[in-house]
Amino acid sequence: MARYLLWRVALLALSTLVASVVIFGVLRVLPGDVAIGILGGGGAPHSPEVREALREELGLNDPLAAQYGKWLWSMASGEFGGQSLVTGRPIRSLVARELPVTLLLALYAVLLSVLVSVPLGVLAAWRWKRWPDYVVRLATIAGQAVPSFWLALLLILGLVLVFHWSPPIVYTHPWEDPWNHLQIVIWPVLLLSWEYSSYIARVTRASMLDVLQESYVTTARAKGLPERAVVLGHVLRNALPPIITVMGFQLGALLGGTLILESIFGLPGIGRGLVTAALARDYPVVQSMATLLVFAMLSVSLIIDLVYTVADPRISYSTRTAT
Amino acid sequence: MAAACAAILIAIALAAVFAGTVAPHDPLAHDTPNRMKPPGGESLLGTDNFGRDVFSRIVHGSRISLYVAAMSVLAGTVLGTLLGTATAYLGGWLDLAAQRVVDAFLGFPLLVLAVVMVVALGTSANTVVIALAMVLTPQMARLSRARALSIKEETYVTAARAAGASPVRIVWKHILPHSLGPVLAYATGWVGAALVAESALGFLGLGVPLPYPSWGGMLNEGRQYLEVAPWLTVFPGLALSLTVLSFALLGDALRDILDPRGSPRSS
Repeated sequence: MARYLLWRVALLALSTLVASVVIFGVLRVLPGDVAIGILGGGGAPHSPEVREALREELGLNDPLAAQYGKWLWSMASGEFGGQSLVTGRPIRSLVARELPVTLLLALYAVLLSVLVSVPLGVLAAWRWKRWPDYVVRLATIAGQAVPSFWLALLLILGLVLVFHWSPPIVYTHPWEDPWNHLQIVIWPVLLLSWEYSSYIARVTRASMLDVLQESYVTTARAKGLPERAVVLGHVLRNALPPIITVMGFQLGALLGGTLILESIFGLPGIGRGLVTAALARDYPVVQSMATLLVFAMLSVSLIIDLVYTVADPRISYSTRTAT
Repeated sequence: MAAACAAILIAIALAAVFAGTVAPHDPLAHDTPNRMKPPGGESLLGTDNFGRDVFSRIVHGSRISLYVAAMSVLAGTVLGTLLGTATAYLGGWLDLAAQRVVDAFLGFPLLVLAVVMVVALGTSANTVVIALAMVLTPQMARLSRARALSIKEETYVTAARAAGASPVRIVWKHILPHSLGPVLAYATGWVGAALVAESALGFLGLGVPLPYPSWGGMLNEGRQYLEVAPWLTVFPGLALSLTVLSFALLGDALRDILDPRGSPRSS
C-alpha cells in the first residue's frame, strides 16, 4: 500500500513536470518575442535598447534551461512565477484568491455527478434494454454532444426571460454568505456536471453490464439473495474500477469546463483567470496558472484513486494494470 | 442508425465544401439597414448586429470548424497510431518509456493546453489543430498499442516473422489493418470532441479571428445580444450540437461494428 502510494505520487510529480516542460516550452519557443509583445504590439515604435533592457530585466537572455529552472523553483516555493505582466500584481495573490473557487467548483461537480450518474448507470444496466435504459442512454449522449457553454447561454436566456432572474454579482465564499454562494454556484455546477455525469453514467452502465455476466452473480442469485443485494453488494462493487478510472480521465474535460463556465458566469476562479490572462497575452500568468491547473487536476485524480484503494486494497493492482 | 448519421454528416460536409453555393448571402457582408432581424423572410435564420445573414454564417462557419476538427483528429490519429503500434511491436525499453510518457499525457486537459498554444502561436485555425492533435496523439497511441499487443500474438504474425518479413512490413501489412477498426471508431467520436473544443476556444475569444465566421465565435458575438436576439445563439449552437451528436452516434455505431471486444469505455 505504501509502495503504491509512493508510486502514484512519483507519477504525479513526473506528469506535472512533463506538463510544465511542455507549457514552458510552448510559450518560450514561440516565434514572437515576449518583449515586443509587452512594449506594444500596437505598432508603437520602440528602440532596440529599450527592448534589450526589458529582455535583461525579464531574464529572457538567460539560457532556456536556466529560465526554466528559475521558474520551476518559483512555482515550487509558492511564488508561482512572479508578477503579472499586465497588472503587476504578484501571481501568488491571484492564485490564493482564485484557486479555492475553482477547487470548490470542481469538488461540487464531481460529488454531484457521482451522486446522480452512478445510480442512473446502475438503473440503466439493471433495466437493460427497457425504457429506463434508453432514457439514460439518450441523456448521456446528449450530455456529451451538447456543449455546456451553449447550454449555459440557453439556460441564462430562459432564466432571464421567464423568471426575470439576474445573476448575483459578487462572489462569496461558502463560509461568508452561504445563501449567496449557493445562488452563484448552483448553475455553473449543474452545467459543469452535465458533461462529466454523462461519462460516468455511461461507464457505470457498461461496467455493470460486464459484471452482470460473471458467474458469481449467477451464484449469488442461486443462493437466494434478494436482487437488490446482488446488484448493489456484488455487481456494483466489482464494477467500480473502470468507473474510478474514467472519473480520473475525464477530469481534464471537467477542468476545461471550468474555464468556460467561470468565464460565462463571472466566477473568480483559475479558469477565468487563465482565459483573461490568455486574452491579454500575460505570459507569466498563463504559464503558471496552466501548470497549476494541470497539477490540481492530477492531484484530484490521485485522491480519487487513493480513496478507492483504501476501500478495496485489491484495486491498487488492477488500476495499475488498467493504467 | 449509422447510416442516418453518416448521411447527415455527408450533407453537412457537402454544405461546407460548397458553402458559396449553399449559403444565400455573403457571410461577411454588412447590411446595416437589415440588422438584428429575427428569422423569416429574406434571412432564413435572422441577421446579426451587422446585418450579416446567420444562416450563411453558419454554413461558412462549418468550413473552419470542420477543417480544424478533421485535421486535428487526422494528425492525432496518424501520429498516435504509428507511435503506439511501433512501440508495441518493437517492445522493450522503448515501449516502456513511450508508455510512461503517454500515461503522463493521458488526462491532460485539452482546453488548457489549447489555450496555452494559442497564447504562444496566435489565434489561427492551425494553432488549434496543433493543440488538439497534441492531446489526441497519446490517446490514440494508447489504443493502437493495446490492439497491436494483442495482434502481435496472432499466428499469422508469427508466420510472417518466420517467413522473414521485416518489422516494418509486418507492422504495415498485418498489424495496422487489424488495428484500424477501433481506431476509426474512436477517431470518429473524437472529431465531435475536437469540434466542441474548437468552438469553446472561439467562444472564449481565442479561436479563429473575426470576422471569419466560426460557430464558437458566433456564440461569443451573440452573447451580448442574448435577450434581444436569441437566434444568434440558438442556431449556431444547434448546428454544433447536431453535428457533434452525429459524430458521436456514428462513432458509437462504428464501435459496435468494428470493436469486437468492447472495452468498458464503450457502450
